[in-house]
Amino acid sequence: MKKFYTALLISFAAIITARSAFAQEAMTIDQQVNSMFATITGPFVNFIFAPIPGTSFPWIVMWLVIAASIFTIYFGLVQFRFFAHAIRLVKGDYSDPNDAGEVSHFQALATALSGTVGLGNIAGVAVAIGIGGPGATFWMILAGLLGMASKFTECTLGVKYRNEYADGTVSGGPMYYISKGFKELGIPGGKFLAILFAIFCILGALGGGNMFQANQAHAQIAGIVGDYPGWITGLAFATIVFAVIVGGLKSIAKVTEKVVPFMGILYVGAAIIILLVNYDKIGWAFGQIFEGAFTGLGVAGGMVGALIQGFKRAAFSNEAGVGSAAIAHSAVRTKEPITEGFVSLLEPFIDTVVICTMTALVIIITGQLIIDPVTGNYLLDGSAIATVGGVSGVGLTSAAFGSAVSWFPYVLAIAVVLFAFSTMISWSYYGLKSWTYLFGEGKTSELIFKLIFCVFVVIGAAASLGPVIDFSDAAIFAMAVVNIFALYFLMKVVKKEFHSYSERLASGEIKRYKGH
Amino acid sequence: MTTLLVIGLDGHESGDRVLEYGKRMANLIKDCELLLVYVVEWSPYSFQTAEENAVRHKRREEEISTAMERVVDPAVASLKAAGVAARGIVRHGDVADILNDIAKEEKAEQIIVGRTSSSRIRSRFFGSSTSNLVMNASVPVTVIG
Repeated sequence: MKKFYTALLISFAAIITARSAFAQEAMTIDQQVNSMFATITGPFVNFIFAPIPGTSFPWIVMWLVIAASIFTIYFGLVQFRFFAHAIRLVKGDYSDPNDAGEVSHFQALATALSGTVGLGNIAGVAVAIGIGGPGATFWMILAGLLGMASKFTECTLGVKYRNEYADGTVSGGPMYYISKGFKELGIPGGKFLAILFAIFCILGALGGGNMFQANQAHAQIAGIVGDYPGWITGLAFATIVFAVIVGGLKSIAKVTEKVVPFMGILYVGAAIIILLVNYDKIGWAFGQIFEGAFTGLGVAGGMVGALIQGFKRAAFSNEAGVGSAAIAHSAVRTKEPITEGFVSLLEPFIDTVVICTMTALVIIITGQLIIDPVTGNYLLDGSAIATVGGVSGVGLTSAAFGSAVSWFPYVLAIAVVLFAFSTMISWSYYGLKSWTYLFGEGKTSELIFKLIFCVFVVIGAAASLGPVIDFSDAAIFAMAVVNIFALYFLMKVVKKEFHSYSERLASGEIKRYKGH
Repeated sequence: MTTLLVIGLDGHESGDRVLEYGKRMANLIKDCELLLVYVVEWSPYSFQTAEENAVRHKRREEEISTAMERVVDPAVASLKAAGVAARGIVRHGDVADILNDIAKEEKAEQIIVGRTSSSRIRSRFFGSSTSNLVMNASVPVTVIG
């Protein structure tokens, strides 16, 4: 094992030094990192996004939506029937006062949300709308609503099968529920699937949880101070991340955890103000969303193009079915694992149905997407819709907010950097848990992962958006392949818990401590 | 019937004066028990990282045992040595809420606390925990300066 680590470290070091040695050549460091990265990750990305034969529809998107629909039906629309109950749980109405001081439902939800609310909601939505048109919003909301059932399933299992150690710490997540749950049900292959999940989770942590974040944070900063090489931002970010996750500099993480919710509220608040100012266009915007959902309004791929973009972005933003949230939710203190499932179903709702939709509406209402006045369809610039400033991704969101409130891009820049940072910290934990699942818990093993994580911050900031976003999506969706496959076997365990809990809730055996 | 007095401890120097007063009251009342309560400031609505959550249960146990060892147990022992009936507990939460809840639960006659020394700006916005207690308590509150 030691040899493996050493080899890994040496190869990373070699990659970095080799790149800088050629810096004076025709290609810049950024371009070199970029082309090498695209070559290495290409086959993996192509496999994950392979279309269903005879169509242009990626099989993975189908996989997620079908799963979410099956869970929705299997649990009898749990996301709507228990929505109010979930809110009461978060408020602490059912929390035993004697458990005060333990991780509350609210805290588990807030922690999981700080891992998902971020660039997906700001940049991801802009990418979806930029390619799939306003209609993508409709499919995104639908995927968000269905995804609530996936999240419910995985987070219940996350708490049920977590490891509780003698010293009182906990470790949970798909790798634990897959291996323990399969063993309990007498199904072979649990260990293998758990290992596979852990590998993909590490890749996802390095991709979507790290490189994509670093990349977009750089884009945002460069957009304000002017263009400069990405690796500089990368190094700065890597240093801070290093200080927090390796150096244990809790103060930075503490500040971020306090500022991020505030930024989230500020972001939604600003979006609402922009919508109120343009209230006369809200009806028109929803018209565009519905019409676009079924016709595409001229976007590449028409209705299917809009649908793919919407589904993809929803899944990437709220991570329902991916399994990451199950890791974050598993620390809650509760005697009933299913209560955490109820609480977690609020996550795709807040993340996708509320925040993502706000971003989409602001982009549509402020008229960033150029419409051909003759046909009423959107004008294309390559495969994406032409925008007023010729921008995409986070730049598009920034332009949309900036067109209404001139100084808001600065606030957004700070928000993006902070969101990126908090998502990185969350994902470094998810990746670490998978890493220690594979290689055992121990100081050296943990340190190696954390160092690799920091190296990828630099690579992520230096690479261009295309390859990074492809790899990030691919790695995170690969987690969903394993996770959902296992969930089909384990969903009956959740159903049993669900029945037992609903009965006891109806009979009054589940006590409500306040809020009568 | 034994009279129960709830005493809020915060580990500051005013704690000694609070205990001294409690002892005097207990001796005057005669059939009296002192319930010493130490509250660890905690909110279920604060934000934490995933890593903090994972070790939270362990930290909570540590917080309780530290408060017990350093503050509550020595105070209970000194009261008992002086011939006063006393017991102690540690709870997590908001000081004012917890003291009031315990007083109600245990049917206490009175709550005795020290003056809190929080910064002026903070107390201007949120009120100090002592003033919150005085405003909301369901039993008489004695504040020791």
